[in-house]
Amino acid sequence: MSMHSPIPPVIEAPRSAPGRPRRSRTNTELYAWLFMRISGVILVVLVLGHLFIMNILDGGVQRINWAFVAGRWASPFWQVWDLLMLWLAMIHGTNGLRTIINDYTRKDGTRVALKGLLYTATTITIALGTLVIFTFDPTLN
Amino acid sequence: MSTDAPAAPAQTTPPPVAKKSRKPAGTLYRGREGMWSWVAHRITGVLTFFFLFAHVLDTALVRVSPESYDKVIDTYKNPFVNLMEIGLVGAVLFHALNGLRIIAIDFWSKGPRLQRQMLWTIVTVWVVVMVPGAFFMFKHSFELIFGSK
Ligand code: HEM
Ligand code: HEM
Repeated sequence: MSMHSPIPPVIEAPRSAPGRPRRSRTNTELYAWLFMRISGVILVVLVLGHLFIMNILDGGVQRINWAFVAGRWASPFWQVWDLLMLWLAMIHGTNGLRTIINDYTRKDGTRVALKGLLYTATTITIALGTLVIFTFDPTLN
Repeated sequence: MSTDAPAAPAQTTPPPVAKKSRKPAGTLYRGREGMWSWVAHRITGVLTFFFLFAHVLDTALVRVSPESYDKVIDTYKNPFVNLMEIGLVGAVLFHALNGLRIIAIDFWSKGPRLQRQMLWTIVTVWVVVMVPGAFFMFKHSFELIFGSK
């Protein structure tokens, strides 16, 4: 007599939500997966560098004011740094949240609504942040 | 689940399942450190993302007027908010280090085998960076509270 169960324990594959068939024939998910890793490596430099400059370097957060930002954005180097950081962090975070919404929503309606909200907020934020960098007016003071 | 197996006929009673076969072996993300690092990665990612929305909004005030920007940035200098900034930096640092660990697991041939050692490595790096980091970030608030400034 065998001591082993004739029925092997069933382990659901992760990320296979019930009742949602796979219908994609494209490689979008692969590219999204790859983007998370490539953008992640770049963001290590951009975001950790940003945090070090803003919070630790000479005086940290205490020295930040409008004139400080004006001084930084007078240099194209920091403009490009901030612009790249804005776009990469926003797209990386949005794609991360898309995954999380896919994981936890059960109803199609909820999922579509949450993603609509997410993409709207992301578009507005990227547009606003980009506009602010390009139209910064140092004579405002 | 467990029934009185010995009394029942062997054919109809499900035989006891060996305990270890119930747990999937070799999965990185079920139970133990692999799962908790995934939970922490998810939470820190969401937290950073929500901060970023607010942060782009507060930065946009540089376009409105120097006064409005300086007023909002002054809240960043409050000791209580300062503590939250240390929390944010800690969250971003964990997410960044663990993100690199995930990338190493995915692309480095030895990655999956060394994932646990890599987790303890990044936790160590996190502590080594955060202790002096938190000290310098909170220095001014400390002096403010205890009156040496
Ligand atoms: C408490 C921590 C932080 C402080 C004190 C801080 C401070 C600043 C300041 C002063 C600016 C103005 C531009 C400049 O001087 O370069 C800025 C812009 C920016 N920061 Fe931060 N930052 C912090 C955390 C973060 C984090 C965690 C991220 C990314 C997830 C981030 C992303 C950005 C982006 C994308 C911009 C450009 C915004 C725009 O285009 O309008 N910051 N930050
Ligand atoms: C600093 C460097 C960063 C690195 C190295 C990094 C790395 C990663 C990686 C590799 C993933 C994919 C995990 C997976 O596929 O299972 C990921 C997910 C994620 N990241 Fe980042 N990231 C960084 C910065 C950020 C920033 C600034 C944000 C927020 C704006 C963010 C938000 C997220 C979110 C929400 C997820 C999804 C988490 C999940 O699915 O559980 N990350 N990150």
